[in-house]
Amino acid sequence: MDILNFLGRQHGTKDTAKDRLKFVLIHDRANCSTDLLEMLKNDIFKVISNYMEIDEEELDMQIATTDNDGTPVLYANIPIKNIKKKNNA
Amino acid sequence: MSEVIVITSGKGGVGKTTSSANLGTGLAMLGHKVVLIDADIGLRNLDVVLGLENRIVYDIVDVVDGNCRVKQALIKDKKYESLFLLPAAQTKDKDSVSPQQMIDLCETLKEDFDYILIDCPAGIEQGFKNAIAAASKAIVITTPEISAVRDADRVIGLLHSIGIKNPLLVLNRVRIDMVKKGDMMSLDDVAEILAIDILGVVPEDESIVISTNKGEPAVLDNKSEAGQAFRNISKRIAGEKVELIDLNNTSNFFSTFKNLFKN
Repeated sequence: MDILNFLGRQHGTKDTAKDRLKFVLIHDRANCSTDLLEMLKNDIFKVISNYMEIDEEELDMQIATTDNDGTPVLYANIPIKNIKKKNNA
Repeated sequence: MSEVIVITSGKGGVGKTTSSANLGTGLAMLGHKVVLIDADIGLRNLDVVLGLENRIVYDIVDVVDGNCRVKQALIKDKKYESLFLLPAAQTKDKDSVSPQQMIDLCETLKEDFDYILIDCPAGIEQGFKNAIAAASKAIVITTPEISAVRDADRVIGLLHSIGIKNPLLVLNRVRIDMVKKGDMMSLDDVAEILAIDILGVVPEDESIVISTNKGEPAVLDNKSEAGQAFRNISKRIAGEKVELIDLNNTSNFFSTFKNLFKN
């Protein structure tokens, strides 16, 4: 690593800046506050809970970007505790 | 055909006024008729950067209020006959000019000028909205810092929403040594993040401070690197194809070595 550093190949702090900037811009551009995301999370939890039992503690939801063109995507990881049959009655 | 171009940034202190003064002077040096409008009402500064502060009689608010004719308020530059300044009012507030008044004013100025450059105030409030109202093109100035780039992104979004779809980027105050070390975002980094086309890059340069002290824009100084950058940008605005300054051309041992092998 030292030799790479010597050759000036190692990345400096600009990559930290770029990563942090990309992160804030995703949220700025989506115009999506933490409150709004929290409300969305609660609503989605309610809807899915009608069909299956999910782990609210582990429910993870965030705005990310696609790797290829940077389009914002809503990313949700919803662990299922138990798939219960919907009561059709 | 005349063009109305707003020079904006979101964040303050990144070089809007300096860029406005230099690009206005640069375009006048190319023989174009240029008027610079200082839209930063209440915080007038373009006059001092151009060294014209002693000549102000009327200002933009006097014009829109009908206290004088446009031509009475225009101040001719010291060096260039075809360069004029319409100064901001210093004692009025941001609401003194409405977007419609700005549009009407620029329509009048189009009769006499090739380029109408509007120096926008910092921020995204009413003063910003007034300043961009009449523009058909925009130049977004930023520096390679997170805060400035973030604000530039916000401004680009707002410009899009009023129909200025293709704002152009000028990256100001770039320190080549820091970019090389990887401690400062490069032009490509910033252009990629903001996803807009590049108009130019201006290196950090002491001559800007000196030229501002004197009230003579750096484009007039042939030895100034920043001045050279602004001369190039002026040419690009006027439609000439000028290569970007290669900020890596002050080559170190390794890049020389690498280039030898490439060739």
